[in-house]
Amino acid sequence: MTPPPRFIPDRLQSRAARALRSWETILVAVAIAIFITNSFMSPFFLNAWNLSDATFNFTEKAMIAFAMAMLIIAGEIDLSVASIIALASTAMGLAMQAGAGVPVLVLAGMGTGLICGAVNGFLVAGLGLPSIVVTIGTLSLFRGIAFIVLGDKAFTGYPPEFAFFGQGYVWWVFSFELVLFAVLAVIYWVLLHRTSFGRAVYAIGNNATAAQFSGIRVARVRFILFLMTGLMSGIAAVCLTSRLGSTRPSIATGWELEVVTMVVLGGVSILGGAGSIPGVVLAAFIMGMVTFGFGLLNVPGIVMSIFLGVLLISVIALPRLFRRG
Amino acid sequence: MPPVLSLRGISKSFPGVKALQDVQLDLYQGQVTALIGENGAGKSTIVKVLTGIYQPDAGTITLDGKSVRFPTAQSATRAGVTAIHQETVLFDELSVAENIWLGHAPRTRLGLLDWRSIREGARRLLAEIGSDLDPDQRLGDLGIASKHLVAIARALSTDARVVILDEPTAALSHKEIHELYDLVETLKAKGKAILFISHKFDEIYHIADRYTVFRDGQFVGEGAISDVTEGQLVHMMVGRSVDQIFPSRARNIGDPVLTVAGYNHPTEFADIGFTLHRGEILGFYGLVGAGRSELMQALFGITRPSKGAVRIGADIRVIRSTHDAIAAGIVYVPEDRGKQGAIRALPIFQNITLPSLSRTSRAGFLRLAREFKLARDYTQRLDLRAAALDQELGLLSGGNQQKVVIAKWLAMRPRVIILDEPTKGIDIGSKAAVHEFMAELAAEGLAVIMVSSEIPEVLGMSDRVIVMREGRIIDEVTGERMTPETLVRAAAGISEAA
Amino acid sequence: MRILRHREALLGLAILVLLVIVAARFPAFIRPASLVNVLNDTSPLILLAIGQMIVILTKCIDLSVAASLALCGMVAALLNGAGVPLPLVLLASVILGGALGAVNGLLVWKLAIPSIVVTLGTMTIYRGSIFLMTNGAWVNAHQMTDSFKAFPRTILLGLPVMSWIALAAIAFFAIVLTRTPLGRAFYAVGGNPHAAVYTGLDVGRTQFWAFVISGALAGLTGYLWVARFAVAYVDVARGFELDVVAACVIGGIAIAGGAGTIFGAVLGALFLGVIKNALPVVGISPFWQMAISGSAIVLAVVFNAAQRRQKGRIILKQVDAP
Repeated sequence: MTPPPRFIPDRLQSRAARALRSWETILVAVAIAIFITNSFMSPFFLNAWNLSDATFNFTEKAMIAFAMAMLIIAGEIDLSVASIIALASTAMGLAMQAGAGVPVLVLAGMGTGLICGAVNGFLVAGLGLPSIVVTIGTLSLFRGIAFIVLGDKAFTGYPPEFAFFGQGYVWWVFSFELVLFAVLAVIYWVLLHRTSFGRAVYAIGNNATAAQFSGIRVARVRFILFLMTGLMSGIAAVCLTSRLGSTRPSIATGWELEVVTMVVLGGVSILGGAGSIPGVVLAAFIMGMVTFGFGLLNVPGIVMSIFLGVLLISVIALPRLFRRG
Repeated sequence: MPPVLSLRGISKSFPGVKALQDVQLDLYQGQVTALIGENGAGKSTIVKVLTGIYQPDAGTITLDGKSVRFPTAQSATRAGVTAIHQETVLFDELSVAENIWLGHAPRTRLGLLDWRSIREGARRLLAEIGSDLDPDQRLGDLGIASKHLVAIARALSTDARVVILDEPTAALSHKEIHELYDLVETLKAKGKAILFISHKFDEIYHIADRYTVFRDGQFVGEGAISDVTEGQLVHMMVGRSVDQIFPSRARNIGDPVLTVAGYNHPTEFADIGFTLHRGEILGFYGLVGAGRSELMQALFGITRPSKGAVRIGADIRVIRSTHDAIAAGIVYVPEDRGKQGAIRALPIFQNITLPSLSRTSRAGFLRLAREFKLARDYTQRLDLRAAALDQELGLLSGGNQQKVVIAKWLAMRPRVIILDEPTKGIDIGSKAAVHEFMAELAAEGLAVIMVSSEIPEVLGMSDRVIVMREGRIIDEVTGERMTPETLVRAAAGISEAA
Repeated sequence: MRILRHREALLGLAILVLLVIVAARFPAFIRPASLVNVLNDTSPLILLAIGQMIVILTKCIDLSVAASLALCGMVAALLNGAGVPLPLVLLASVILGGALGAVNGLLVWKLAIPSIVVTLGTMTIYRGSIFLMTNGAWVNAHQMTDSFKAFPRTILLGLPVMSWIALAAIAFFAIVLTRTPLGRAFYAVGGNPHAAVYTGLDVGRTQFWAFVISGALAGLTGYLWVARFAVAYVDVARGFELDVVAACVIGGIAIAGGAGTIFGAVLGALFLGVIKNALPVVGISPFWQMAISGSAIVLAVVFNAAQRRQKGRIILKQVDAP
């Protein structure tokens, strides 16, 4: 090797230049546009308390979406999250009937979430089964157990102190759920973008075999990710049960699809390997504001779900259409 | 005699790359034309143009004197052009017969598939090439050599005039290669025009009648193979003569670093024992499927041995995962770079620091400045050609990707580095750089294991060569016994080499 | 193929064992009339499972089937209310279903969007459209003509028409899958998309047709469902797409594509159907149904994987291939 080695710069373009062209920038623009439209459409929109109320329709889903985003980036998926909520909520109901206090109720919800996550994690990471089918199976199984326990009945009569998690406010208009959402967003941002665990998640999502050949403990990472979606579903179950004040086996039906929509809208590739937490946060805000705005205009929920379906497909389709020129 | 198939002035560009520029190619009835060129010379692009996968930007294709176009793969097949690829691309879940007839199967009067004719036709075609494979067998249960037979039967079933063999011997054993040569003779006798793509000169001289050389997407020359020497071909390929291929180095072998004893695996290898020393390059030679990669992957913790022990320096180590192996100072540069080595969509520096993250990060938190420094140190040592360290790895050439994979492991400062087919599928320039670098590593005291199926490389680089066959160590070759004949005999079993 | 055939025999055996266990205590369950009822009750699941199986063969998934079913069912009910004759209603449901499938197929084919995302989106869009059409109103039995309601229940040679339609679909698609180039293309495209291109098969176009078939079957089932239960509303068959995927998984259809048979899918559907019908007979609350199908899916996946794992090259005892 005769000539001196050539110098290779760290980065081709600055981080700012790269950020400007990113998916997140588009999401910010969309969010601002929706915000402005909403404030023109309804005089009730620009009101701190109304806005605060509106956050309840995405905070619980977004908590799960953070963990789901990491799972999807790692190339897996968990469709059982809504069923985990149902089972965790049922466990809390049983604990409540046994006379448990608020701390035990919370632990029951989170613990059930962790156990469900461990079941999924064992089947996918331990036995090497495809996560989409496994979690379609556990989707039926977890909610099925809730149905066995509850049938067409419901648990009601949670202690009044328990209402804090879903109805309480930390300060002024900032609800406990909103604060928890913000804290979790920061934690997940750090975890995914600033730790070696997050790096391993990207590596596995892009090429699991090469990650294993690089000394990454792939099965362990996958297992932890399933534990995390389980735990987040458990936490969401605590909040939701507290907010509704009751448990029915049909609680949170269909949430798995809304969570996946939020993640994909946030720019996470459904094929794995790419995506970011800020994107998911923005997607959560967008979905929340759309829901709220439609609500103010008295548009029924199902029409809004059409809008979200169109949004989900078009955010993926439009860039592909334009690339074809 | 006019050529059956003739390409003139073919050009094909992709964003940023001119894959083919004004190239020509002629194929003649009953003759084998070898297409020769380095990686990136445009060989696979021309195959895709010929089989209707790519549309050329310019140029003409003439078949039997008539100008033709292949807008789809189907149209190429219909016109009689068929390709057999290195990793034969067929359907594992379907039967042998269906693989032969898929897309042009005989039908009954009702328009339904005629399974009886399909089966009988398959049996007849297989018999023509001397095979008695069961048409009903599931293709996935067959070995690669048998899959090639099915692919060739498929070519015959379409009444192909032109057969393209794209590195067909890459994954075949010695014996299977000779059976393939016989098959090519059969195809020649049937009057097929054959395009043969290979990296191996002995093969080209054995089988080809004519040659065509491409370099950097351009046509360089063609002629009868009998009129050209190996040296001239190499000169045409690289545009310069390659005189000194392997670096010379002082043999400076030290203490034992790695001792493997009684290593066994339930299905892949048995009774493996050897010792590797500081500063040594130990070659592992054998045919494809001899169990060399499987042994190395067990040493690296990908698979688990059933019994046996590994000693690193003075300590006995149990290796159950890649993590254990790396902790013990053993690292492995895999053969299948695309699947096992490179994470193409991640930036170069992240590929390099992936195993080193515990060192560059603090309490699990990343420190990017350290990562960039580590990446820069090792990529400069390997003379990597890249625009920036945050460039996606997949944008680099194969040779440069390999440098990144090697850099990734050197950054771990290992005691033992295992290189599995380190120069497979990379261009001659990068190949020389990798060889030179291996020599440097050994000179610095690293213990190197090199698995290679290329005899010149094994002999040129190794201090000692271990030959494996059917999962066992057959021979250890040193000093004057290090000749091509010894290796081939040992690897193939003496009777076959006779 | 041989393993798979083996596998279907096992599943058939499992269904038999199930029937025997139930019959041991409740012999009435295996009376012909009761079995006919099970088959008839399972017919919608069978029809959708056939379509889903074809989609899964091509390495895709169709989560919008239940929504398409509901939309087509509603349109059938509305057309009937508008006085359109029954044959035209039937035709319209099938065509509309095919068109909804074509939308999925086009998005997958022309824009290369992963099918799970596409059908997740269209699932909410299709179901939402029912609301847009009706403003949430129900179409009840008294708003349907008698012939509209009677057709699926008409008994022909001892079986209701709905069962005959399911049997005809099984026969027809068995022939399509084993005896037509398109049928084999479904297997080829899913088994090895890369090789399919070299064979001259258009992967996207083949997937497109799979979605059209799945949609058309959902459309047909939409009419049958609404006519049989004599009611159409937004939430018809909500969540049914998961039962359909479950039937395919239990039937041994490889989720990675390229492997599986129509009889596997049908047996998978029958397995779920027998359980569903046996539960009330045995005196178990129907609320157990969901957990049982969930366990069946998980067990089936574990079982499939265990069967596929015993492969790979074995070097040591290697005898050179002929």
